[in-house]
Amino acid sequence: MTQDHLNFIFIGISFAIYIGIAIKSRAGSTKEYYTAGGGVSPLANGMATAADWMSAATFISMAGTVALSGYDASRFLMGWTGGFVLLTILMVPYLRKFNKATVPDFVGDRYYSKLARGVAVVCAIFICMTYIMGQMRGVGVVFSQLFGISITSGVIIGGAIVFFYAGLGGMKGITYTQVAQYCVMAFAYTIPAIFIAMALTGNVLPQIGLISDYTAGGEAVPFLEKLNNINTELGFAEYTSGKLSTINMFCITAALMCGTAGLPHVIVRFFTVKNVSAVRKSACWTLLFIAVIYLTAPAIGAFARVNLIEKLHDASYQEAPYWLKEFEETGQMAWIDKNDDGKIQYYGPSKSVAGTHAVFQGKKPSYPTLGATDGQLVGKHGQRLLANEVDTSNPNELWFGNDIMVMANPHMAGLPMWVIALLMAGCIAAALSTAAGLLLVLSTSISHDLMKRILKPDLSDREEVRYARIASFLALAVAVYFGINPPSQFIAKTVAFAFGLAASSFFPALLMGIFSKRMNREGAIAGMLCGILFTFGYIIYFQFLDGTPDQYLLGITPEGIGFVGMLINFVVAFLVSAFTPAPPQKVQEMVENIHIPSGSGEASHH
Amino acid sequence: MKDTPSHSHRRACLRLVLGLLAVWFSVSFGCSILFREWLDANAPQVGSAPFGFWMAQQGAIICFVILLVVYAVLMNRLDAKHGYTEDQ
Repeated sequence: MTQDHLNFIFIGISFAIYIGIAIKSRAGSTKEYYTAGGGVSPLANGMATAADWMSAATFISMAGTVALSGYDASRFLMGWTGGFVLLTILMVPYLRKFNKATVPDFVGDRYYSKLARGVAVVCAIFICMTYIMGQMRGVGVVFSQLFGISITSGVIIGGAIVFFYAGLGGMKGITYTQVAQYCVMAFAYTIPAIFIAMALTGNVLPQIGLISDYTAGGEAVPFLEKLNNINTELGFAEYTSGKLSTINMFCITAALMCGTAGLPHVIVRFFTVKNVSAVRKSACWTLLFIAVIYLTAPAIGAFARVNLIEKLHDASYQEAPYWLKEFEETGQMAWIDKNDDGKIQYYGPSKSVAGTHAVFQGKKPSYPTLGATDGQLVGKHGQRLLANEVDTSNPNELWFGNDIMVMANPHMAGLPMWVIALLMAGCIAAALSTAAGLLLVLSTSISHDLMKRILKPDLSDREEVRYARIASFLALAVAVYFGINPPSQFIAKTVAFAFGLAASSFFPALLMGIFSKRMNREGAIAGMLCGILFTFGYIIYFQFLDGTPDQYLLGITPEGIGFVGMLINFVVAFLVSAFTPAPPQKVQEMVENIHIPSGSGEASHH
Repeated sequence: MKDTPSHSHRRACLRLVLGLLAVWFSVSFGCSILFREWLDANAPQVGSAPFGFWMAQQGAIICFVILLVVYAVLMNRLDAKHGYTEDQ
């Protein structure tokens, strides 16, 4: 049995399960469509939220980012878990008590204004849209590798599957499929890590392996010390130190955390459980399930780095392991023999005067076009040749994408084929579950917040669900389009953007709406607008216009600017609300009321 | 402002939330970012990992999970004490 057959079997079985669940628990009413009828158990909701939260990007690239940047990658690890602490103790129990189906609903009612609702709807749609584009692309890439089809058909097939169970099943359908998807992801992520931890350190738990001794090379040396030595020898920064400045690290982590706490598609997950105390319990489960993966990622990253360098650095190309050639074929690794010695050299930035370690000009390898002769395609050692200009300012010869750390790990460690098949299934589960969750929030934003609450208030229950299904189809069509024609590196940049936007708009608006009775419509709208405009402007200026790093405000990169935007939002909101009239009595009573945990009833949409 | 049960409940909740946030801040921003270098050099190692580095990649996340468990237990207890129980 070949690897392809096994992949097909694993993915086929997992798909059969997802679709079976989706058909069995499809939604009938709007309540089931939006919030699964409010009767999901805290444990099931926890798993579903964890699956929703972990996207294909997290699943595939996070360990690679950790491997590449060591300590610096902690900002993602802490940002995307610490945000749940904020979300749980400051937001969701109160929003659940407020009892509405969507986040713009809360903003609109709390700030008694259609404008506020409109701003919130636009933000929600923008945030979800940027996210879902990346997911569709991810699904397409995995499918294309798997079945040898083009990325375009991969994206379309993925889109069809997502539409089938998110559009038809509603929240109820996707919640139960996500439970299954979480299980697939968790096994797929941890099993290879356990095998590798045993091989490298003799420990079963990867997390223990990370802090114990490296035993694979004969005598035992502390694992992280070995990694630090390898890194500095080859000219990289010390693994456990990193090179980001403290203020940047602080701002980026804070922006990611506050952004997480303001993401609409995560918040609505907690509207599916029965009452406030179940929300708290469910949040515990969610973070626990997320932590399983996030605590494994640093171990996978560190192991993969050691493995990769041990196996490839100074090895002759002809004797290099088979997976190097496989990844060359798919364009995820590339080798240029700069010094013409037939051996692979991997060096970091401090090995050259120029301070770079680029193998070639440009960000990604490009290859000769179809009509090229054999001499242009294959080098004298049998390596795949590139069309890029060679960067001769440094001695580094090996290029690889961030994504291969997770995908190549089982190959590098020589694990059995079924582990690789499981990993493929996990990867698809990660992309599908996130895409489905986002699609649902998108369709709800359009059908409920835009159609029902703003444009056409006399919509009936049935019509609303129909609109939601139409909206999810349209949203998906747009996402598929951008999945096929990604605005180049736009996606990676806009995802960071989504967090900055959520941190500088939703997070302060929700927080003040819950904890300050005095906060009024004028203050909140002014705050949101200032926060968004500042963040938006800063990111656009530095990412898309010609801003240079030495113009950064206090040295803060666009990644972390959402934190500053958030502070601006708070300050402006308080100043403006101090000089404008207090909110009406009814709204003040409402704020009073959401702090009383009992009597939340079922989440309604009226 | 008179001291109704709902006010004393709200004050107690706020105290708890602020306490938890203080812990949250010190394990993530404190140990893992602001004082990391000092801790790496001076605090005892965790296994073979420098303390600040370990906090940033493992310890903080473990603390987050514990924080949420503590929050759920204490909040439910507070609710019960002030008569806001709900049938499960």
